[in-house]
Amino acid sequence: MGSHENRRSRLLWSLFLEFLKLGAFTFGGGYAMIPLIEREIVRKRGWLSSEDFADLVAIAEMTPGSLIIKSSTFVGKRVSGILGSVIATLAVTLPPFLVFLVLAAAFLRIVDFPVTQSVFKGVDAAIVALVVTAILSLGKTSISDKKTLLIATGTVIVVFVFGVHPIFALLAAGVAGLVLFR
Amino acid sequence: MILWDLFVTFLKIGIFTFGGGYAMIPLIQSEVVDGFRWLTMKQFVDLVALAEMTPGPLALNSATFVGYLVAGLPGSVMATLALVIPSYAVMLAVQAVYSRIKDRPLVRAAFKGINAAVLGLIVVAVLSLGRTSIVDWGTALIALVLVIAIARFRVHPVLALIAAGVAGFLLFR
Repeated sequence: MGSHENRRSRLLWSLFLEFLKLGAFTFGGGYAMIPLIEREIVRKRGWLSSEDFADLVAIAEMTPGSLIIKSSTFVGKRVSGILGSVIATLAVTLPPFLVFLVLAAAFLRIVDFPVTQSVFKGVDAAIVALVVTAILSLGKTSISDKKTLLIATGTVIVVFVFGVHPIFALLAAGVAGLVLFR
Repeated sequence: MILWDLFVTFLKIGIFTFGGGYAMIPLIQSEVVDGFRWLTMKQFVDLVALAEMTPGPLALNSATFVGYLVAGLPGSVMATLALVIPSYAVMLAVQAVYSRIKDRPLVRAAFKGINAAVLGLIVVAVLSLGRTSIVDWGTALIALVLVIAIARFRVHPVLALIAAGVAGFLLFR
């Protein structure tokens, strides 16, 4: 009984720390976070397999909210039930919340400092790099044959060139999947 | 009551923002700037710029910021919670269903197609991000070096971000 509770608290504590870390480094929005989440949650902690992580990213595309918050809910629930999901989600929102609270309260105009501009020019380039590595790592799981490559390419054309809303592309791809991969 | 307005507004934003980040900007603007006039357009533009430079999703930062300006600490807590709740609740429900059906052949088949399409969406994101963020040889070099570092040499993404910031400071002063 005692050691089970110990294990549970340790797990909850790990969840809290891990998502606190992720929350502190959420820059550049959804996709840029994929390499970080993969590194910490899939590879380091083993809380998700690569396949399940690819599914999570897909689910995140079709549900409201940001990837990082949805990941915390999903992983937290899976690792340690409802309590896990609450702790992970609170942990991931805490650093941004505190940072922004301080900035709002201080009305710091850090945006205008030239140092800030140059630092973030570099960071923006890093964000592109992060999203490219997301393509490389997710590609290993998601693109396995000519048909999946075709679906991916088709999506790029349809969304980028013809401006179709991503949600339609995803629905069409789901149907295509049912037809092609049964 | 203003806390209630904050709650409802950010609940609405939380429900209707799919696709993250930039997709949320028009909705936040119409509610916060045009609707309630909690921010001026200038303040909103500053907020977006600031949110780019701080951790956390844009919508989350907006909620914290607007909530604080409008109603202090209780406001920021209220707005932030309201934003997160829809996402949290939906995800909890989806996770429960997913864990039960994820290995069914039809579900695997559909996900195979969807996951391939998601990859396409990320490629689209790189194309648009690249256009605004890769503007000269310096930024191109940083991006290229980091892709190799992270993908090939397993450099930690956080380290990459910090290194890029330092490089930016050195190269673009």
